[in-house]
Amino acid sequence: MTQDRFPDPERLAQRIVLGERAAVASGLNLLDNTLPEARARAARLLAALSGERWLTGGHIVGVTGPPGVGKSSLLAALIREWRATGRTVAVLAVDPSSRPEVGGGALLGDRLRIKSAAHDDGLFIRSLASRNQLGGVSTEVWPMTWLLLTCFDLVVIETVGVGQTEIDIADISDTVCFVAQPASGDTIQYIKSGIMEIPDIFAVNKADMGSSANKTASDIGRIGSRPDRQHDWEYPVCLVSATHHSGIDQLVNHIDRHREYLAGSGSLDLLRSRHQRGWVLRLLQDEFGSFGIAIAGGRSALEARMSEHRLSQFSEYQNARNAIISRFVSAD
Amino acid sequence: MANNDNQRDRPWLMRTYSGHSSARASNALYRTNLAKGQTGLSVAFDLPTQTGYDADNPLARGEVGKVGVPISHIEDMDQLFDQIPLDQMNTSMTINATAPWLLALYIGLAQRRGIDAKLLTGTTQNDIIKEYLSRGTYIYPPGPSMRMIADTINYTVKHVPKWNPTNICSYHLQEAGATPVQELAYALSTATAVLDRVMAAGEIQASEFPQVVERISFFVNAGIRFVEETCKMRAFGEMWDEITRTRYHVTDPKLRRFRNGVQVNSLGLTESQPENNVQRIVLEMLAVVLSKNARARAVQLPAWNEAMGLPRPWDQQWALRIQQVMAYETDLLEYGDILDGSPVIAAKVAELIAGARAEMKNIEAQGGMIAAIESGYVKRELVRSHMNRLRAIESGDLKIIGVNSFKETAESPLTQGVDGGIMKVDPAAESEQIARLRAHRAQRNHAEVTAALADLTAAAKSSENIMPSSIRCALAGVTTGEWGDTLRAVFGEFRPPTGIDIAMNDASTLGNKEIVSRIRERVKSTGAALGRPLKLLVGKPGLDGHSNGAEQIAVKARDVGFEVVYDGIRLTPQQLAQAAQEEGVHMVGLSILSGSHMELIESVLQELKARDLADLPTIAGGIIPVEDADKLTALGIKAVYTPKDFDMNAIMADMVDIIRKTHGMEPLGPIH
Repeated sequence: MTQDRFPDPERLAQRIVLGERAAVASGLNLLDNTLPEARARAARLLAALSGERWLTGGHIVGVTGPPGVGKSSLLAALIREWRATGRTVAVLAVDPSSRPEVGGGALLGDRLRIKSAAHDDGLFIRSLASRNQLGGVSTEVWPMTWLLLTCFDLVVIETVGVGQTEIDIADISDTVCFVAQPASGDTIQYIKSGIMEIPDIFAVNKADMGSSANKTASDIGRIGSRPDRQHDWEYPVCLVSATHHSGIDQLVNHIDRHREYLAGSGSLDLLRSRHQRGWVLRLLQDEFGSFGIAIAGGRSALEARMSEHRLSQFSEYQNARNAIISRFVSAD
Repeated sequence: MANNDNQRDRPWLMRTYSGHSSARASNALYRTNLAKGQTGLSVAFDLPTQTGYDADNPLARGEVGKVGVPISHIEDMDQLFDQIPLDQMNTSMTINATAPWLLALYIGLAQRRGIDAKLLTGTTQNDIIKEYLSRGTYIYPPGPSMRMIADTINYTVKHVPKWNPTNICSYHLQEAGATPVQELAYALSTATAVLDRVMAAGEIQASEFPQVVERISFFVNAGIRFVEETCKMRAFGEMWDEITRTRYHVTDPKLRRFRNGVQVNSLGLTESQPENNVQRIVLEMLAVVLSKNARARAVQLPAWNEAMGLPRPWDQQWALRIQQVMAYETDLLEYGDILDGSPVIAAKVAELIAGARAEMKNIEAQGGMIAAIESGYVKRELVRSHMNRLRAIESGDLKIIGVNSFKETAESPLTQGVDGGIMKVDPAAESEQIARLRAHRAQRNHAEVTAALADLTAAAKSSENIMPSSIRCALAGVTTGEWGDTLRAVFGEFRPPTGIDIAMNDASTLGNKEIVSRIRERVKSTGAALGRPLKLLVGKPGLDGHSNGAEQIAVKARDVGFEVVYDGIRLTPQQLAQAAQEEGVHMVGLSILSGSHMELIESVLQELKARDLADLPTIAGGIIPVEDADKLTALGIKAVYTPKDFDMNAIMADMVDIIRKTHGMEPLGPIH
């Protein structure tokens, strides 16, 4: 158990920027690791990778919805469409963990439902367990998303929608796409639950089911277009069928348009930097608790410092982390 | 009704499931078996043939001629039946996704030999549903697959009237863990799904529909609980009679008979003290021949050494002789039904029927068998039943002699021969088949091949029956891979739910709670020491679809706290190595039952090495002979588990220790 088994972060960053698969995989392993030495190196890796691209480049898309609506098949169809136009795609697929008292294990994957059988260097899939962190998406998803954004055109986060995950996924994605299916109790519950305010785009899958699909789309349309939401964006509802590959090009188009909308209205970089700050605070809270955050100067001071250095928020993270650790060490 | 004195019943059809290496070698085996008194043939095809690939396809590597005979085109079929008169032979073909194609080759061959198709007798297994659930040689999605089953039924009823176009299999459901009630319910629900589909196709007039119902036959399993199994056979007969009468209005009782063939259980055959399998096989056979009114029409017995590897001709002869002793030496066939009138039997049959009816209603309420497959419901139920069985073996509640009780044994002389007591497939079989295939491709009429394939595409896209164009392809010299790919282009490919997302239930599925908590603690502390939870990739490389073992390991590993990536069957070594890399796993577990473990595992290790993952610990499980296990260890495999390793807790503890050793940590030792 020596520390030299962790890669050198700066050198790893250079390889990741070039899109080397082995480096990407090893970077993700590092970001996933909670040992103190790994955390320190992860902070250095993020600092080395951060830059303009994290505020304005690429596209982070969240795909969510109740279980069984065909998210994976729909994602597969989207990926075929994106890959056909030469865009590279990374996927973070999040699955629930079992409760800690029954072992905390998880069954992950569906890689093959997302991916065609053929070998494709422009596609990278990593499955993650939710690990019951705050009931939503595990903390590691945030930094992994940014790592992947340095070398893929699109980063997709796929989650099973169960309440908290939608809130988390909205705290990380540029665009949230909600997948529903016709005449499903889950979808109706979801519509009632009020979480409908989160998605930017609605896709009703299994459109081949005909009239019930149209009805679900119009039900969603009534709620999705509530007047108190952002204007200038029409919250489109589209009918798609992953199995019949219909409506996919429209969905791709809506997703692209939403990014253009964010960039055009000047809100993309603001959104991204808010998401990054939120994660840094969540991670510090996870690792050091409220006491640690107080040592680093308090939440608002931290937020203010990071807002000033939007291109290098992770250097601020590293500084804050070092400050807290040195205080703990000197108190010894 | 009692039989007249001295008048014995005719015995059932006697077969052995066989085929290997090449059409020529298999033909020689068939003719030897027929000379020994076998009365029908049961053809085993290799996995490329079953999954619609030619021998030279990259996915076929290591699989050609392994679990059966490779049939790539009509010349192979001709060689397979060399000197065997098709009009006098009853041929059963274990073929499913490509059943219309192999039937087309058989009909095409008969046509070429000038034999009237009306004289052909035999069976194509042609039951795709159990492929999705258990056996794994599916290709296309349920919709087109069911349509092709309906096509073969519609075609044979008119043109090959003595053929059994589909053989609904409860066999593989039992192998996947089904209880007798589940076997009854799922097999009969499958049968109604097929018949409903044929009816909906509308090719058959209502007045002729009873003939279609009569052509439906079943392939059933028999386990060691032979009283219950006999009752299951009787329950099948009663329920089928009722279903055909009420649902399909068949008035002639003869057309309502439950026609079935049986292969007895392979799941319960053991690798340790394999000679005990002989008495298991005898008792299991008794279950399906004892009751005259529920007697099997055809029986094939596994060989005593199936849990160790492929059987040799002598092993198959032994299996055949068991049947012959039962039929010709005992007095069984001299009596009427000896169980009629027994209140104990009647009560058990009634209990099974009640349970099966309730589960059939449940399936119907979910929208029928196809819907229940697509939702993953049936698969989940089977995985759960199988898990329960393994727990009972682990805990000793289910006794298996020589495995978890009475384990002491003298060395068996049966396994001491130079061949280790199993059959070795000629390693040159694959390259010879590829050479033969390439020569065939070169010398056929290309214009005819192209036209026949265009015809097939057109039929697939329309609602036209798939059989006539498939027969045209057969006669034109089209290959199995070309037929398969042409339909893949129209129908697409299917991946069914893996079924491993069953909920955890401490009480029923986990077994000894104290041991499980201790393993969980080890998994957790080892993960914590490494900085992240232990992550495992479970992979099934190659074409072998027997996924039960891989599923059980995946579920168990999840239950003890691993994060498990499992993507189902039929993955290439390249895909698995890529998944290992992208997922950042701590260990790779490979499961292979087709006998191709040497080639496939070596490829996976090479692919891992190419990705700088040579140090990633890799383990293997399956039907792997001891000497191969030693070779695999030499290649770098950290552990090999075979059917004798039934204690899943021990495997889990072992896996944790392998990971610990890889990272320079102290192993924690076996768990007691």
